[in-house]
Amino acid sequence: MKKNDVILQTVTKIVFFIILTFGVELFLAGHNSPGGGFIGGLVLSSAFVLLYLVYDIETVHRGTPFDFKRVAALGVLLAVGTGMLSIVFGEPFLTQTTWLVDLPVFGETELGTMTIFEAGVALTVLGVVVTIILGISEDVE
Amino acid sequence: MDLIADIIIVFLVTVGIIFTIVTVIGILRLPDVYTRAHAASKSATLGVMSLLLGVFLHFWWNEGHFSVALLLGIVFLFITSPIGGHLMTRAAYMAGVEPTKLTVGDDLKEAAKKHRKESNKNTPDDK
Repeated sequence: MKKNDVILQTVTKIVFFIILTFGVELFLAGHNSPGGGFIGGLVLSSAFVLLYLVYDIETVHRGTPFDFKRVAALGVLLAVGTGMLSIVFGEPFLTQTTWLVDLPVFGETELGTMTIFEAGVALTVLGVVVTIILGISEDVE
Repeated sequence: MDLIADIIIVFLVTVGIIFTIVTVIGILRLPDVYTRAHAASKSATLGVMSLLLGVFLHFWWNEGHFSVALLLGIVFLFITSPIGGHLMTRAAYMAGVEPTKLTVGDDLKEAAKKHRKESNKNTPDDK
């Protein structure tokens, strides 16, 4: 009997964005409440794993035209880059700073280089998890 | 006003717990996988949604904390939980799990048989 996945695919189209929103929220909330780069990256990667479960690999790759190994590499580059940036300013490696900035919508917001480091962690986790899932899903003849 | 808020919260949480208990009883008592999935997916969804709504209202009215994550959780559960039930029962049907002896009609069986016959007619080499 032909496989008919209309219900699953339609729901996935909605749920995918809810999971992505929650992942970004976890990532941004990490400084003051439970959350952070690691579980933010895990939730983001779970959204992609759901896509891989519902659609086939070629369809998802047409929609996400980037290599997840490169995402992981970019994450490590970001994390090391924030560490290197503190050396440029004459501080010890991985020294983090924050600024209070008046943003138009959010009001007075605390921006820190810690967020860039956490973004690196999140991207690394996202890339590594999706790469592992794709790696164990391939048939080796 | 506080009393009314507390009554609503306690009512919602109690309804949630009762629905969850009804789910467990349904899973234990019903005869086959389809009726069990019927019990599990519907009343567990409603029960947990009611519980989450009670928790959300408690934190909003009594603690002054508006939790968007809980609202998102309610919406997420409402969307995904019936889909989980649907997928599990369909996987059970495709794996050949027979419904209970009390079943009167099985429309899907005839549809599947018809579909298989037609697809065999069109592509005889396939399969």
